Amino acid sequence: MDDPLSIVIFSGTDDRLTAASVFAAGAAALGRPVRILLQYWGLEAFRADRSGRGSALSPEASTSGAAALNAAIAAGQVNWAETFRMSKELGEVEIHACAQSMEILKLQPTDLDPMVDGVEGIAGFIAAAGSGQVLFI
Amino acid sequence: MTTLEIAARVDAKGLACPMPIVKTAQAMKGLASGQLLELLATDPGSTKDLEAWSKSTGNPLVESSVDGAVFRFVLRKK
Repeated sequence: MDDPLSIVIFSGTDDRLTAASVFAAGAAALGRPVRILLQYWGLEAFRADRSGRGSALSPEASTSGAAALNAAIAAGQVNWAETFRMSKELGEVEIHACAQSMEILKLQPTDLDPMVDGVEGIAGFIAAAGSGQVLFI
Repeated sequence: MTTLEIAARVDAKGLACPMPIVKTAQAMKGLASGQLLELLATDPGSTKDLEAWSKSTGNPLVESSVDGAVFRFVLRKK
């Protein structure tokens, strides 16, 4: 069996979440298992009451680039939450919330989007990553 | 020579990466071994992506061609 692709999603901006969702979908299409750990602002973006919307864009976004991406998001061409859901239907994609971030942000599992499979600690995440690649976004 | 019979067609024209391979993987799930799938795409990365997808998943890429801005691929379900 292939090693999983492990992705730590730390950032909660729509551009970084979109990039992470592309990796997840690509790996799922290739048949690679994907394990995602949500931390801090990445976790906040998966709150059920956010309806899959992150917060603005990364500070390095240019004015014209930001306008183009925001237009694509508004037109429905880019929707990272939908891409993650599609990845989960396509392959073996697990999304876990970081236990420490859950405590700091005072979140309960019921506060999160149903596509989040559960809460995980760091040792569990690292052990499951094995010798596979780990991305930090 | 017999014409290859296409069992399923996926039109991914206008869709950006990774949608061509995502839609290909979705559609291939519904095919039986030996059946053919045709994919049309305009994503400029799709040729290399489909070659990599075929190699990684073991589903042979039978045809790969380009007509203007449209790439056409035929894959056989393993």
